[in-house]
Amino acid sequence: MTPPVVDVRDLRTHIVTRWGTVRAVDGVSFAIGEGETLGLVGESGSGKSMTCLSLVRLVPRPAARILGGQVLLDGLDILTRSEDEMREIRGRRIGMILQDPMSSLNPVFSIGMQVREPVALYHRLRGAALTDRAVALLAAVRIPSPAQRLRAFPHQLSGGMRQRVVGAMAIAAPPRLLIADEPTTSLDLTIQAQYLGLLKELQQRHRFALIFVTHNLGIVAKICDRVAVMYAGRIVEMGPVRRLFTRPAHPYSRALLESIPRLGVRADRLAAIEGQPPDLARLPGGCAFAPRCPHVMERCRVEAPPERPVGDGHVARCWLETPA
Amino acid sequence: MSALLEVEGLIKHFPVRRGLLGRSTGMVRAVDSISFTIEAGTTFGLVGESGCGKTTTSKLVLGLERPTAGAIRFQGEDVLTFDRAGLRRYRKSIQAVFQDPYASLDPRMRVGAIVAEPLVINEPMERAARGRRVLELLDLVGLPARAAELFPHEFSGGQRQRVAIARALALSPRLVVLDEPVSALDVSIRAQILNLLRDLQERLGVSYLFIAHDLAAVAHMSHTIAVMYLGQIVEWGDAAAVALEPRHPYTQALFAAALPIDFDTPREEIVLSGEVPSPLSPPAGCRFHTRCPHVMPRCATEPPALRPAPDRLVACHLYD
Repeated sequence: MTPPVVDVRDLRTHIVTRWGTVRAVDGVSFAIGEGETLGLVGESGSGKSMTCLSLVRLVPRPAARILGGQVLLDGLDILTRSEDEMREIRGRRIGMILQDPMSSLNPVFSIGMQVREPVALYHRLRGAALTDRAVALLAAVRIPSPAQRLRAFPHQLSGGMRQRVVGAMAIAAPPRLLIADEPTTSLDLTIQAQYLGLLKELQQRHRFALIFVTHNLGIVAKICDRVAVMYAGRIVEMGPVRRLFTRPAHPYSRALLESIPRLGVRADRLAAIEGQPPDLARLPGGCAFAPRCPHVMERCRVEAPPERPVGDGHVARCWLETPA
Repeated sequence: MSALLEVEGLIKHFPVRRGLLGRSTGMVRAVDSISFTIEAGTTFGLVGESGCGKTTTSKLVLGLERPTAGAIRFQGEDVLTFDRAGLRRYRKSIQAVFQDPYASLDPRMRVGAIVAEPLVINEPMERAARGRRVLELLDLVGLPARAAELFPHEFSGGQRQRVAIARALALSPRLVVLDEPVSALDVSIRAQILNLLRDLQERLGVSYLFIAHDLAAVAHMSHTIAVMYLGQIVEWGDAAAVALEPRHPYTQALFAAALPIDFDTPREEIVLSGEVPSPLSPPAGCRFHTRCPHVMPRCATEPPALRPAPDRLVACHLYD
């Protein structure tokens, strides 16, 4: 087997707030290979975005701090790099696409200036060669008449086009790992379909490992190879998408999959998950999902379940899956 | 069943003003001659992408905008001819729940006061009676009585949306406009709120105008669905028929883009090219013809009318 592009081991990021310490990322481990896509799902506050920010060491300091673990990018731990080395890694080796393209782009600079910047930096190009490469990048993300677009400003483009520009900048290097944090949430459905197709196409060409953060399980089914379900800072279940979606092992993943309305399935009521999302500053001892779990046992309230294999490449943290 | 709300030939054009003198330089045809009916006690789902006119339609129905032309009839009466008193009565029977319960609740008011506010303004009643009604409403949406004493920030998103629903129901409306009522909520909470809305409809017989991006949720909630594209309805009919066997090429593409989580249902892959044209100058003929995979020569010149097809109306030359 080829070594993974990124190998995250026992990553811990905590945030100190007035109300207590929030264990936003609490012992997260996963590995992604070349050309592979990992979907990261979970509700807001489950630690998806904080995990991504930890990978590029951009957690909001001083409140948030990466306390432990390793992030091996092609075998080298980037958590031990200096800030200068980290700046080399961001953008060049790890690209990012965030939810709102309007806040990723600078409104007062033209598209051309913003796309040229990473190209000049990574490829040391100038003048006409630089412009040619920028035009080629915009063409690669299917922006119509790219040469003219260089003079446009972000506000003159539609949401879908802006997100394509962000995509063009993210693949300028091209990166080894691309982190896409809800990149299609602000796009319309038919535009989302176009964008997902584009991402897959770029991945096939450049073979980067892709982390796709979303709460849309339909997108996961469509474009991810494996999926990790996060709850209260931990990965509670991870496995190949088809296997996890058809045979979920953790009660939370199962409940999540069952609570979603499906086209063509007539139901009077949806199987709702009772209770409210957990207060991260006041997590219960034991399994964080215990207060909402339909199968809760005595043991769940005192002891957090460890990660156990439940099938081929499929792991879950649940006492139900662990022989006592 | 009887029609609660009938909308006929509704048009709303917004002038675009430019320059120092504010001269009108064009018209945004936000809603361009749409007609639909909402039956009493049912849910009418309105879908389409941003800018298609869904929200303008809901504002016209709520009486927050005056239409450029067309008619809105509520229980048979023409809303646009109502006098002040009539309009007041109408607005009491139509309420709204919006997307973001963090923005729609005043952070400095206690939940009890938020839910009581429509009653204070509209219903002369004694304090004690009002207090009882508030508790009744909180109970209806599944909140404990002590919630009345708390402030919105003490609640999670799902519970806040319950408060917004309780407020909308305070005046016993006949129609509630639900504009993306669950999209700001956590995935695990959405099913709770959708179930609550269904239960309330069953108990109170209220109708919903349901607007959402999540097509599976719309299909789950609605009895009828209308699909809008650039200010016009392209398909309208029985919810299951429109969702499962869409006829209009745009509806087909839209529902194909609503990614399912099942692996075994075979699905057609339709990815539309291009983007939605500007509603400032919508294409001639069929407005969808610039992106339609089945475009024919006549589509560029002749606008198709909504015609009957099995379980629905559809505006497409393919079915003439």
